[in-house]
Amino acid sequence: MQNTFLIRRQSVLVFIGLLALFTIGATLLSEGLGIGLVSTSFVKTLGKTLCLCLVALAMDLVWGYCGILSLGHFAFFGLGGYMIGMWLMYARTEQIVINSLANASLPPTPDELSDAIGTQIFGVVGGSDIPAVWTFAHSLPLQLALVVLVPGILALVFGWLAFRSRVTGVYLSILTQAMTLALALYLFQNDSGLRGNNGLSGLQNIPGAAAVSQDLISIWFLWASAFALGLGYLFAVWLVSGKFGSVIRAIRDDETRVRYLGYSVEAYKLVVFVITAVIAAIAGALYYPQAGIINPAEIAPIASIYLAVWVAIGGRGRLYGAVVGAASVSLISSWFTSGQVPDLPLGFYTVKWVDWWLVLLGFGFVLVTLYAPQGLGGLFDRLVRRQNP
Amino acid sequence: MLRILTVMVMLVIATLPVAAQTGQLQTILQENSKDVERASRKTISAVLDALLASGNENVPVLLENWQNKQLWMRKADGLFFYVLKPGAKPIELINIDTGAVEGTAEKSDLKELRPNSGVRSVMAAVLVQFQLKSSDPMTRLGALSAIERSAEESHFTALRAAVANETDDAIRAKMQRLERLLTIQFDKQSTARVEAIESFAGDTSLDVRAVLNPILITRTKVAESIPETDNLAKRLSVGDDIAYADAYQMLVDSERAPARISKQARDAALVENISNGQVGGFEVASLNTEAARIKAYQALVAESDVPPFITNEAVQAAIDNHVFYDAYIEPEATVTDAARKAVRAINLSVSAYQIADLGLDAVSLASIYFLAAIGLAITFGVMGVINMAHGEFIMIGAYTGYVVQQIIPDYTISIIVALPLAFIVAFGAGVVLERLVIRHLMHRPLETLLATFGISIALQQLAKNIFGTQARPLTSPDWLDGAWIYNDIVSISYIRIAIFILALLFLVLLLFILNRTRLGLEVRAVTQNPRMASSMGINPDKINMLTFGLGSGIAGIAGVAIGLFGQVTSELGSSYIVQSFMTVVVGGVGNIWGTLAGASMIGSLQKVIEFFNPSNTLAAQTYMIIFIIIFIQFRPKGIIALKGRAAGD
Amino acid sequence: MSKNPMLLEVSGVSVTFDGFRAINNLSFQIASAELRAVIGPNGAGKTTMMDIITGKTRPDTGKITYGRPGKNLLKMSESAIARIGIGRKFQRPTVFENQSVFDNLVMALKKNRSPLDVAFYRRSQEDIKKVEDLAAEIGLTEQLHRMSGELSHGQKQWLEIGMLLAQDPKLLLVDEPAAGMTPEEREKTTDILRKAAKTRAVVVVEHDMEFVRRLNCRVTVLHEGSVLAEGSIDHVTKDQSVIDVYLGR
Repeated sequence: MQNTFLIRRQSVLVFIGLLALFTIGATLLSEGLGIGLVSTSFVKTLGKTLCLCLVALAMDLVWGYCGILSLGHFAFFGLGGYMIGMWLMYARTEQIVINSLANASLPPTPDELSDAIGTQIFGVVGGSDIPAVWTFAHSLPLQLALVVLVPGILALVFGWLAFRSRVTGVYLSILTQAMTLALALYLFQNDSGLRGNNGLSGLQNIPGAAAVSQDLISIWFLWASAFALGLGYLFAVWLVSGKFGSVIRAIRDDETRVRYLGYSVEAYKLVVFVITAVIAAIAGALYYPQAGIINPAEIAPIASIYLAVWVAIGGRGRLYGAVVGAASVSLISSWFTSGQVPDLPLGFYTVKWVDWWLVLLGFGFVLVTLYAPQGLGGLFDRLVRRQNP
Repeated sequence: MLRILTVMVMLVIATLPVAAQTGQLQTILQENSKDVERASRKTISAVLDALLASGNENVPVLLENWQNKQLWMRKADGLFFYVLKPGAKPIELINIDTGAVEGTAEKSDLKELRPNSGVRSVMAAVLVQFQLKSSDPMTRLGALSAIERSAEESHFTALRAAVANETDDAIRAKMQRLERLLTIQFDKQSTARVEAIESFAGDTSLDVRAVLNPILITRTKVAESIPETDNLAKRLSVGDDIAYADAYQMLVDSERAPARISKQARDAALVENISNGQVGGFEVASLNTEAARIKAYQALVAESDVPPFITNEAVQAAIDNHVFYDAYIEPEATVTDAARKAVRAINLSVSAYQIADLGLDAVSLASIYFLAAIGLAITFGVMGVINMAHGEFIMIGAYTGYVVQQIIPDYTISIIVALPLAFIVAFGAGVVLERLVIRHLMHRPLETLLATFGISIALQQLAKNIFGTQARPLTSPDWLDGAWIYNDIVSISYIRIAIFILALLFLVLLLFILNRTRLGLEVRAVTQNPRMASSMGINPDKINMLTFGLGSGIAGIAGVAIGLFGQVTSELGSSYIVQSFMTVVVGGVGNIWGTLAGASMIGSLQKVIEFFNPSNTLAAQTYMIIFIIIFIQFRPKGIIALKGRAAGD
Repeated sequence: MSKNPMLLEVSGVSVTFDGFRAINNLSFQIASAELRAVIGPNGAGKTTMMDIITGKTRPDTGKITYGRPGKNLLKMSESAIARIGIGRKFQRPTVFENQSVFDNLVMALKKNRSPLDVAFYRRSQEDIKKVEDLAAEIGLTEQLHRMSGELSHGQKQWLEIGMLLAQDPKLLLVDEPAAGMTPEEREKTTDILRKAAKTRAVVVVEHDMEFVRRLNCRVTVLHEGSVLAEGSIDHVTKDQSVIDVYLGR
């Protein structure tokens, strides 16, 4: 069955092929395993971009296909990052503490260990007790389960409340934005148990892999991200190409009518909302070990809106559109804001792109919404249609 | 020799007149000249006592000048003079007894006495007694407030005497009140103190609370049985009122019980007795749990001279043999009883006032939310256009105010100019946005949301590029500074009152425009059925443009108000946007009253949550948003829902 | 009556919008295989009645039971009501224009509608056959793989009726099926509805007396939210109160 499914959709094969080529190419050019033409930090940027593509894919499923303009999916992304970050930080601190206590005159007791770890991690917010939310932080499998469970359950509860009361359209968008704001504000507090605005840091150091250089770790994560994106893409294509896709697109276009066909619209929306939240969380869990640090500012409502911008520019309702949009806009964005773009002297005024990039992006986005509502993907489709009428 | 004689004669002549005129004050000062010159808090009282004992009427003048560093000493003969103009050349010397000018001297010949602050406060305390008798009512009032600031026992008798002689009713009332306060603190008769305490029942002033609270300070004590002499406040039950560890520590501190072996002491003892990788017969490597360490230590107790653990039973027995209790420092039980009763009554009225103050705070926060949201109530609520750049219109208004203040330095005039100008600028921006973007995205709310969000990013960054990232001040005129103060608890700043009035004005104005004018009628017609409206000769494009401009312009005015209240930054608007949308949604879309209801609810809710958890406004906002999400479950159409058959299908 | 048991019983239903009583103590029954026309002037409460039966509007008072044993419809959601066999066709044709006629019909086929079942649904030969038969019945075989947005108005109406039939409902509520149709299209619509009514109950809300006459069935006249008259078309058109309501306006 999988065969027929793949053969039926050649574009999927093209996508997977391109993704593989890209990953192999980046590996061959990298410092870790290749000829060293591409720096390790750029490999990380590429890996992170793949994760952003994955969360954009989730956004496209929930918005482009199901019509729910969620302004909260980056919050799920961040939560996923927090969950994996807790293990990374805890396990690494534990190793450091064990090493430093190795020469103590008495072997440390569990209490002493946890005290020392607590002081290391929470000293910065004036605490030494390990908060209850870190109960499972010592175990990778449990914390990996939380990567899926915490955002999933949050999405389930929030979605159930919101969809049950038939909040739709912009109201739902505002509500999801409020949820995101509430989460970010909560995490900003020092007594949230997640180190307040300091966030979690040192996540690029993988516990138990201290001997492995960052050059190599960056390649691991590049492959992991590419694998996750490929898998996510296959899943998304499978989901939207069948009857399920038919139903959620119908919900997007006219949910009342779908209700009279006997489909429980709320259940479908909830399923899509939760599944995409989980995909976003997985993307976040892969992203933040490459970024090295996560803090509540990452979760701020604006991030989720940027996510919507990427998908809109790429072309919503097309899976490849989301990927193209996220990859191009985020890469160009980091290029402009890194200060690598030469300033533009106008004689009377010099345009510094670091300052003006957001102005350009903002107005550019308005133009896309006005004149290319289907995004780059829409333009591409029109071009293809013109060639093969 | 002759020359020396001449000089000596000259000197005698020069000093003679001075010596001849030495008055009583100068004499007293000369007798204590060492203590005068190098006055310290300890030594000064002797000098002051001598001065007071003299009964000289010029003592207050002397003390005042001394306090103000106007008492100088002539180095040559050690005599003291007043120097009122230290900048003059040469410096004029004034006799401290007669007040007459007595000659001049160079600055280098004189020494300025600089009493330190401790000395000055002692002097001030003495001075107060004279000031209370002064004929100038302002001086007497000044003395009273000096006593209020730091009351001393010596004031008490002086004040009592002054009350009897006071002629001014207002001042006498003040004096009597102060006298009662001092009675509570310093009277020897406990009946008089109790009476004074009872006279303050229900008085919520800070000074009363400041006097009563120290009476009720307690100290935790331990004894075999409670001594009769202690004024018992409460017997403590160990485990409930005081933790076992703390109770035992008290016993240890008062040497009634031996200290327990702490973990550190235990571990130190273990480390000290390690030999051949073993301690107490246990491998060191095995001591990685508490239980193992305790066992090893117990083994160690058996074989060497480390002190044994104190068992829990011993601790329990020691605690059982003692009573723990809180005792008042104040020994008089009648006084503490009266104070407790008075404080309870005061606390009751304090909490009543606190609720009133909370109400005022809530109203003021609600008016800010209302101002921020009312523009949205028109564009989003009435027109149904979602404008994520609404916050940036607020920001535009605030920056307009800032720019106007740069040009017009007079704050009053600049505010008067800024308010309409902010409206015009934001109105213009709104009209441009409507014509260029929103009109083309009619009936595509999600696209409108995103496009206006693009505008919002661009405008914010533009503001950053133009005005920089640091906050710009928007200064309110003097007459808006200060606050309306009802009592020590209830008060509200004028600027908040102004914002409240502004919010009220807008409410009335908008209700008038929407319900009583032609424009309002056409707006409602266009929003309900644009095709029908246009067939009746209304130009929907124009109406939409004007309405959107109106909403944006009001946001501009709100920006000036919010800028006065806080500071102008490029993030000013975006920090209100989520709350503003919440306000409109919670209140009920399409309805100005709904926005008012929403703002009131969110404002008071936030204040109430902050009241219960004052240290954490972030948490307050989090809980508020969660509450709103849940609230929408039960009233999806908001507080004031427009009823009717749903349109569509 | 016993050989044709009651399928739907509406009793004493009232609903008020903002002081306006749209449905006033309305009671009627539909048998399990019956074609019924509901007529009435504008504002008589026809659409509101359908809204109440399909769960969109909750009445203030009254009771609606459906099937044997009688289920209380008032406690069910719109989708649950649709799943137990009540189909509704809207006045404006509402099909999913971005999807093919085939996909529209597949979505409507009577199948388990839970998200999990739908996600793992695979088209069986049997289902494809069923869809093709339906397409033939509504005359859209040629258009089966075209986007439904490209269909003509009448074709969309038929597609919607086809989707209703695919749901295999026991009760079909049809709102003004003939609006905007050519005479030939009306003829065909009448045939489809009459045929459908042989195996199930069909309630047609209509303005057009000619169309109702052609249906040749029992007629219920609604006025100001309650039943004014009921009987054959000839019976109700002779009823004085009906004449007053229709002509008195």
